Amino acid sequence: MMKNKVDIAIIGGGIIGLYTAFELAKRGVENIAVYEKRYIGSGSTFRCGTGIRQQFGDEANIKMMKRAVEKWTNLGDEMDFPNFKMAKTGYLFLLYDEKEVKTFKRNVSLQNSLGVPSKVITPEEAREIVPTLDISEVIAATFNPTDGKANPFLAVYGLARKLRKMGIEINEYTEVKDIIVKDSQVEGVKTSKGEVKADIVLNAANAWAKIFNEKLGLNIPIEPYKHQGIVSEPFKLGEIKPMVVSFKYGGAYFTQKANGGLIGGIALKYGPTWDLTPTYEFLREVSKNFTRIIPALKHISIIRQWGGYYAETPDHNAVIGKIKEIEGYYLAAGFSGHGFMLAPSVAEGMADLITKGHTNLPFDFYDPYRFERGELREQAVQMG
Amino acid sequence: MVDKSKVIICRCNDVTQKDIEDLIDQGITDIEMIKRITHIGMGPCQGRTCIPLVAAIIARKTGKSYDEIGIPPTRIPTQPVQMRILVGDDDEE
Repeated sequence: MMKNKVDIAIIGGGIIGLYTAFELAKRGVENIAVYEKRYIGSGSTFRCGTGIRQQFGDEANIKMMKRAVEKWTNLGDEMDFPNFKMAKTGYLFLLYDEKEVKTFKRNVSLQNSLGVPSKVITPEEAREIVPTLDISEVIAATFNPTDGKANPFLAVYGLARKLRKMGIEINEYTEVKDIIVKDSQVEGVKTSKGEVKADIVLNAANAWAKIFNEKLGLNIPIEPYKHQGIVSEPFKLGEIKPMVVSFKYGGAYFTQKANGGLIGGIALKYGPTWDLTPTYEFLREVSKNFTRIIPALKHISIIRQWGGYYAETPDHNAVIGKIKEIEGYYLAAGFSGHGFMLAPSVAEGMADLITKGHTNLPFDFYDPYRFERGELREQAVQMG
Repeated sequence: MVDKSKVIICRCNDVTQKDIEDLIDQGITDIEMIKRITHIGMGPCQGRTCIPLVAAIIARKTGKSYDEIGIPPTRIPTQPVQMRILVGDDDEE
């Protein structure tokens, strides 16, 4: 039987909701429930590109990602699921003109000043990392060996397994229809399986977050855009270890998964839309751009293509924080394609915010009220 | 007795009957979750062989009907396609 009263109700059983539940449970909050309208991970987490990187262009995202990588590194042990491991295979950004090089040099100095060991390398050094690269147009690259990737399926499965062992309720196929608010105070949630009382509600519904916000009269700009990904047949392991990124070629990003298949995508997007149907245009453009970067990929077959949402905000940075108008209402959504990689530090900060009222992580940067004040952050380096 | 660790359910990703039954025994009975953990249905054959077999194992072990178990969505392309064909370079070399 589903509980009808909890301390904290979390809307969304993706990586953000589950990881936040885990951080709250570690802080001794036990009466938590997660509500997921389909199966855990089904919204955006299972559709993501698997990349985890600290190579951002602003201090807040770099700090958040540095902390996230520390936590990703230990997550397998922490959730008693050693099968889960972050692969520190790096991120390799290929650069094709002086303007790009200038921006990335500035980013690398900022990253280095915050303790991230990224560096600017030559095209030849890039080809030592990925021998099949066509470097004829590449003039430089940046590489950070402590970036990498992780399997979102195993992250979600491992977290859910651990949470259930800890007695945390995860309700799949349970859709939250409404957040119940009385006198500007959260009172609970109305779900497809009945009402649940709760003093605190966390909206971790990412692409769907705005549905709840709008019902509560809150205008926080988060819009669903369709992005797509592909997976190829497996080929010899170790050929493409890092996530390779090229803004010149379609904003392409790709890497080889543990089973040898290629996973990746390009920046082509559609929306705002609630339609996730894969497009032929994407399949063709992905192939065009990938094969410019690594010509040998021409001989590799694509075996799957799917769509998923980037829940985008105007500056491509998430909205995370406490909602002032409604006591007990918290928001962590609008991740603009970076929810999976950011999840550990978002969860840690959110758990501190809920239990202690503050966090040492730079949550101000993600302030939900920045748009209202007319502040836009520098656009996050939005890629993979 | 058949050794279930030698009965291959998914040839693309090398998954055995034992792998599937172990997950069901742990309480993982949602075919979508079994798919994500084992990668059944995600290889070059697009689940043509494994999905009906996995559905049958779930049905037998849990008593769920095939309707309840459901079928994970098939992704395009329904058969593997080389990138050179998609870029229109298939005459090259």
